[in-house]
Amino acid sequence: MSAIAAGLRDSRERFNQLPRRTIWAIGAVVLVLLILLPFAYQPASGFIDDCVTALAYVVMALGLNIVVGFAGLLDLGYVAFYAIGAYVIGWYGSGFFASINGSKGFHFVAESASHLPGIHINFLFILVIAALFAALAGTVIGLPTLRLRGDYIAIVTLAFGEITRVFAVNGTDIHPFGKNYPLTLGRQGITPIDPIDLPGLKAFDPLNLRPWYWFGLALVLLVLFVNFRLRDSRLGRAWIALREDEVAAASMGVPLVKTKLMAYATGAAFGGMAGAFLASYQNTVNADQFEFSFSIFVLAMVILGGLGSIWGVVLGAVALSFINSRLIPDVLNGVPHKIGLNFDLTELSFGIFGFLLVIMMVLKPEGLLPERRRQIEFEEGVGADEALYEARA
Amino acid sequence: MRTFLSRYGLILVLLILPVAYGIHDLQVDGNLTRLGENLKDGISNGAIWALVAIGYTLVYGIIELINFAHGDVFMIGSFVSFSFWSTLGLTLTSKGFGLFFGLLITLVIAMLACGTLNVLIERVAYRPLRNAPKLAPLITAVGFSFILQNVGLEWFGGSQRGVDDLINAQKTFTTIGGVTITHADVLAVAVTAPLVALLAWFVTSTRLGKAMRATAQEPEAARLMGVNVDTTISLTFLLGGIMAGAAGLIYALYQTTIWFFQGFQAGLIAFTAAVMGGIGNIQGAVLGGLIIGCIQQISDNRIGGEWTPAIVFAYLVLIMVFRPQGLLGEETREAG
Repeated sequence: MSAIAAGLRDSRERFNQLPRRTIWAIGAVVLVLLILLPFAYQPASGFIDDCVTALAYVVMALGLNIVVGFAGLLDLGYVAFYAIGAYVIGWYGSGFFASINGSKGFHFVAESASHLPGIHINFLFILVIAALFAALAGTVIGLPTLRLRGDYIAIVTLAFGEITRVFAVNGTDIHPFGKNYPLTLGRQGITPIDPIDLPGLKAFDPLNLRPWYWFGLALVLLVLFVNFRLRDSRLGRAWIALREDEVAAASMGVPLVKTKLMAYATGAAFGGMAGAFLASYQNTVNADQFEFSFSIFVLAMVILGGLGSIWGVVLGAVALSFINSRLIPDVLNGVPHKIGLNFDLTELSFGIFGFLLVIMMVLKPEGLLPERRRQIEFEEGVGADEALYEARA
Repeated sequence: MRTFLSRYGLILVLLILPVAYGIHDLQVDGNLTRLGENLKDGISNGAIWALVAIGYTLVYGIIELINFAHGDVFMIGSFVSFSFWSTLGLTLTSKGFGLFFGLLITLVIAMLACGTLNVLIERVAYRPLRNAPKLAPLITAVGFSFILQNVGLEWFGGSQRGVDDLINAQKTFTTIGGVTITHADVLAVAVTAPLVALLAWFVTSTRLGKAMRATAQEPEAARLMGVNVDTTISLTFLLGGIMAGAAGLIYALYQTTIWFFQGFQAGLIAFTAAVMGGIGNIQGAVLGGLIIGCIQQISDNRIGGEWTPAIVFAYLVLIMVFRPQGLLGEETREAG
């Protein structure tokens, strides 16, 4: 394991020494290969299905990375934003509000759904609305944590995540939109959800996963671009300053409240977008999806890859989502039978997942591709991290 | 106004539910029996949470780690208890001295099992990460929580499992002022109170307890004064695990069902209790456990059990806003 890690670091250093133009060329080739990837498989193959999910997870992990990795605010309730994004499309992109407008429905640039009742807004606008709603929620959740530090932030965000889940599960009993409409459909789930319907194209087909894949890839590229630009912006530097030393940052003129709230809002917005995308892809918004363990799943991606390191987080998200969807159910499942034991490994998937987390952290706590700044801290033993997550109240 | 809020704000918030329902009861029933029942259930239930919360508070006090696996250690405590008393042959027909003695042995076994488990977890998952960023042990804690849940899943299956009602849990023991006290209530308080007293004595009056407090304040200085920090941390985990094991047995007898997922919710509730009392503070954890137990019972009984988690967590957020150091917590040394 540590040999792999050392190899990874070596090849990374060698990669960074290449001329800039070569790096761009390699990037372009990889991108083209990624775009062409679906043609190597059947349009509805399970592999492409896993890829689409992995892409959505990458978007979420990149969002969480802004909060935890850049700004150093430990968020254990990230699933709340997934839920909010999913419910935005559940409300505004399905037959949920069935009798609105005299059962004729309300449509906004939604060609394929124009004959259906309910509100149907085009997915691109849904994406924007989901991002806005989630950002608003992120700000609200951020407010009570402003005075707190470290682990206490983790607890408050965890509490908000659980409150969101309880509302999602029990939403059938509350009617904020008038008597006929509950807040959610709880465990039964809102279904069907409108597929993505881009102007000028046919609506995406659940049996042809290629367009979903490309849309997911485009979303990841967009989020990656925003992430890199943010990291190198004034705001990004303020986040990192805040993470390294809050008091020093404040005395250098970094506005703490605004900077922290911006981190929550931006991170949440990506979570909301990924939530809307996943809901449309899975064709349902079900309260059971918003468990606390999902927050941990996304956080594990960020930490596995390396806090604050954008490429690391991408790697972590892809790795964990494939371990979850492929390695444990498909590859490892045959192992007990081969060695003569008779039990179903899928039952153990969470245990194996936990085991991997423990092994990974004990062997390489800084993540697979650590951010350069953190790596230096690790190697030279600069104790910046100690001050970072110290609990203060 | 500001100092008033920060000093008494939390207490006012805590009083909202009981006072509101007390007035409601007086108007509707003319007496406070129903509220009394709620509070009685709350205290006996809260005794279980208090025992689990002590584990959180001890560990957090000494290494500032939210030990996410602790709730699942408590779950393992319930499972060990049930398996062990079945092996001993305790059944519904067991009575008197045999039952008492059998349960006492079970209690000791469950406590030892959970204590050892907790120490092992610390050794494997937290000690190697002593100098890593704070997030790393948090992740291994979550990893162990998943592992333990899976162990529980394989042990007794995925659904809730009823266990023998050995102590006739719901049978009336005595009645005070119209409030029925059941066997389960007596058991919960009778096991918890001596354990907590013993623990408090251990921490405040023994040499090892002094070492624990010194390590919690400043590990480096404690080490220089000759305290074996590693052993002290192991001891802390042992004590936390012991309390969780006792809580596991009480829970199994009290609820008469066990479930591999019981530890997750219990862990979150107990952690809330620890934070409410002031994390790192044993009396605080007990007080917090009892208060959370009461809030939970009132909410279960009046508002609906499905909303209870949201109410408990809403309280958690309010505590964080009004009094982040908790009810009994002092301004910690890092406060700034």
